[in-house]
Amino acid sequence: MIMGDFWILATASLVGVSTALVGVLLILRRMSLLGDAISHSVLLGIVLAYLISGSRSVIAMMIGATLIGLMTAWLSNSLHRLGKLQTDASIGIIFTWFFAMGVILISVYAGQVDLDQDCVLYGEITMVPFDMVIMGEKMLGPRALWLIGGVTLLNLLVVVVAFERFRLVSYHPLLALTLGVNVTFWHYLLMTLVSLTTVASFEAVGAILVVALLVIPASSAYLWARSLKQMMWAAVGYAQSAVLLGYALAAWLDLAIAAAIATLTGLQLLLTIAVMQWRQWWRRRVSFRDRDAYTR
Amino acid sequence: MAFPPLSVQQLSMRYQHNPVLTDVSFEIPCGQTVAILGPNGAGKSTLLKGMMGLVPLMSGRVRFFGDPLAKRQLSIAYVPQREESDWDFPINVMDVVLMGRHGRLRFWQRPTAEDRALATEALAEVKMLAFQDRQISELSGGQQQRVFLARALAQRASLYLMDEPFAGVDMTTERAMTDLFARLKAQDKTIVCVHHDLNTVEAYFDWVILINSRLVDAGPTSKVLTEDNLKKTYGGRLSLLNQMTEKMYRSNIDKVHDDA
Repeated sequence: MIMGDFWILATASLVGVSTALVGVLLILRRMSLLGDAISHSVLLGIVLAYLISGSRSVIAMMIGATLIGLMTAWLSNSLHRLGKLQTDASIGIIFTWFFAMGVILISVYAGQVDLDQDCVLYGEITMVPFDMVIMGEKMLGPRALWLIGGVTLLNLLVVVVAFERFRLVSYHPLLALTLGVNVTFWHYLLMTLVSLTTVASFEAVGAILVVALLVIPASSAYLWARSLKQMMWAAVGYAQSAVLLGYALAAWLDLAIAAAIATLTGLQLLLTIAVMQWRQWWRRRVSFRDRDAYTR
Repeated sequence: MAFPPLSVQQLSMRYQHNPVLTDVSFEIPCGQTVAILGPNGAGKSTLLKGMMGLVPLMSGRVRFFGDPLAKRQLSIAYVPQREESDWDFPINVMDVVLMGRHGRLRFWQRPTAEDRALATEALAEVKMLAFQDRQISELSGGQQQRVFLARALAQRASLYLMDEPFAGVDMTTERAMTDLFARLKAQDKTIVCVHHDLNTVEAYFDWVILINSRLVDAGPTSKVLTEDNLKKTYGGRLSLLNQMTEKMYRSNIDKVHDDA
């Protein structure tokens, strides 16, 4: 079972890296709700891909999920502009609607679709080692690991190559426009990465808990990071330690692994806030003491 | 004949079906400081955004040096309002100023040594070089404004469009900005500012555009900044206007005394 543990940990760890990277960009663009939305509505994309292609083809699944993810971003923006609804209301309307349709399709075609609702909602990371990619005689590792591995590589590549552009567009989209940068393109590229990341994280952590990994490590990093680069490293660091500790905790107390990981990211955030408050208090005390010493 | 740095013809804009600006036309000369004046909600910032293509126009034509915006994009530096920026973003002063160079870089390129030299020079121009490693969240309002000016300078533009650069800044910053305006003018650059303080218009600006949903008047400050025009623009409801009238009245008295 040692090998099984390794596969589970490796998968969770890569989920942590890829969600932290796109999560940072979402937080800085104040679009964490859109990340939440896409992670839910991709379910519809996955189910539709199953039904249309009639197989568990990874490529069909990725295409379906990305299309539905981009549609979520585009439709909620259009609803906001045309229907004059608030941004958060329009996002809430679109993704719950897509998610509900996905759930209906799963229940209607339960016989044909190799997905069950619990797995979709909560993930089934302990099942990861039982679905191996086999080529000839060789076992090449779990399918979920390959999937998230590929997406992590893609995220890293895009973020490293276009780092400066992402920083400009996240910091000041209007300014970017006046410099001739195609802000819409970078927005939808980010939405594509979010869609791919959430689909690939699906089997490991499920549609609900992936939101925790998208938003919480990046938020903890946002509290103290001094540059975008530092924020990305910090978010990845938070995610990795949550994965390791969460896994250990789950193994020790026999808990649901994904839930334990998500809970730990929340504890990390609380701890970060506490440390920052304490530091602020300490600095103020020191500066008062210095001033007293000076006036005396 | 040289084209004017900025010409606007019959520009109209609306915000959610309500007209904000109607049939605005003007031209500004090269190498001058220009103020866009008008009461709150007159459409000054909207006009600036419309000209920069940040908000769609309903109709009208905007030309920069005789060309549409796309052809001159990098010759025009836009300085947004301070309130429209995210000052909690994890970034330092130098990296913000370097953004002025981004229009010339491909998306995979990093700023070169030359870009850094230009950014350093721009920071020195606004007396902010000592702050280059500071987080933007740790700056005062005036310092933030100077960082944005340096960002625009690093772009090496010919025309500067600034949205309320003098709003809520300290005296040091105000002084640094007027000095900078003088140096830019000497290089034949043109500066257009949305402005709110009627008391400083005469001292800071050569040319004035008065706006209240429509164009009231545009031209050299001495000609356009008259009591009659100000009444038309502000509708006589601003206390500042009274101060202005008083000031003009006093200067007339002085003139009478001088003549006598």
